[in-house]
Amino acid sequence: MWKWIQKWGSPKWFYQMSWNWSLTLGVISALLMTVGIIWGLGFAPQDYQQGNSFRIIYIHVPSAIVAEACYMMMASLGAISIIWKLKMASMVLKSIAPIGAIFSLIALITGAVWGKPTWGAWWVWDARITSMLILMFLYLGVIALYHVMENEQSADKSAAVLTIIGVVNIPIIKYSVNWWNTLHQPATFKLTEKPAMPAEMWIPLVLMIFGVYAFFLAQMFIRSRSEILIRERKASWVKEEISRMTGA
Amino acid sequence: MGAFETFGDFIAMDGHGLYVWLAYGSFALCMAWLIVQPRLALKRYVKEQSMKMKREQS
Repeated sequence: MWKWIQKWGSPKWFYQMSWNWSLTLGVISALLMTVGIIWGLGFAPQDYQQGNSFRIIYIHVPSAIVAEACYMMMASLGAISIIWKLKMASMVLKSIAPIGAIFSLIALITGAVWGKPTWGAWWVWDARITSMLILMFLYLGVIALYHVMENEQSADKSAAVLTIIGVVNIPIIKYSVNWWNTLHQPATFKLTEKPAMPAEMWIPLVLMIFGVYAFFLAQMFIRSRSEILIRERKASWVKEEISRMTGA
Repeated sequence: MGAFETFGDFIAMDGHGLYVWLAYGSFALCMAWLIVQPRLALKRYVKEQSMKMKREQS
């Protein structure tokens, strides 16, 4: 176990291994999303209540799920960086904040565009939507901390604390549709029940969820690699890597 | 094709075309930004850093 943590905590090891991982995940996500989008847009049957606007679900739900999962991951990395002082954890935390911010933005935009034909309004101050907006601001807060704070170590610490405090928002997002009488429809999937829609409607959604997840992980590795090159710039292997990249 | 009779029907989405394509368009834009932005940033950084390394050597 300790050996495993040490390996993952080593920027050099992470850098060497992560290129192939990001490629593999990138190919998987491209395949899943291509099939999922073509199926969802062109072949899944119309929803009998919402008509064709329901096709937005194939991008809205995966983006929202990944935005939340990314946050949980960021908070876990924050805890790891505080408890074990692993610098690799802080590097990945910093790298995934912009990805999470973009996915919460996608969830909000696609939700607004879906809300217009369904509820008659682009925006409502509904509990689910408001807590999702707060999630996006938490991501922006982490990004802003790194911009404002000169000292890297104190920025890492502050970001870790902020992400851990912000975790309270995650159950609020998840249960907001049950706790309050919201306009937002309840969850489409429950792990324990069979989905209440035909297979040719939910299979593309499952493909999209895995596709967007794989995309997120691939981007996480790519951004973390750049962060390693920046933070470890004094290490001789990074200097060699940079000369190799410029072809000099 | 699939759920639609013609390509025109597919684009029109039975009146929901504007919403569906607006949502998918913004999704595509965001994904493109996520792919392109780190590449450009890395390129810029590597260039700066290699110049700095050369200056330090001389």
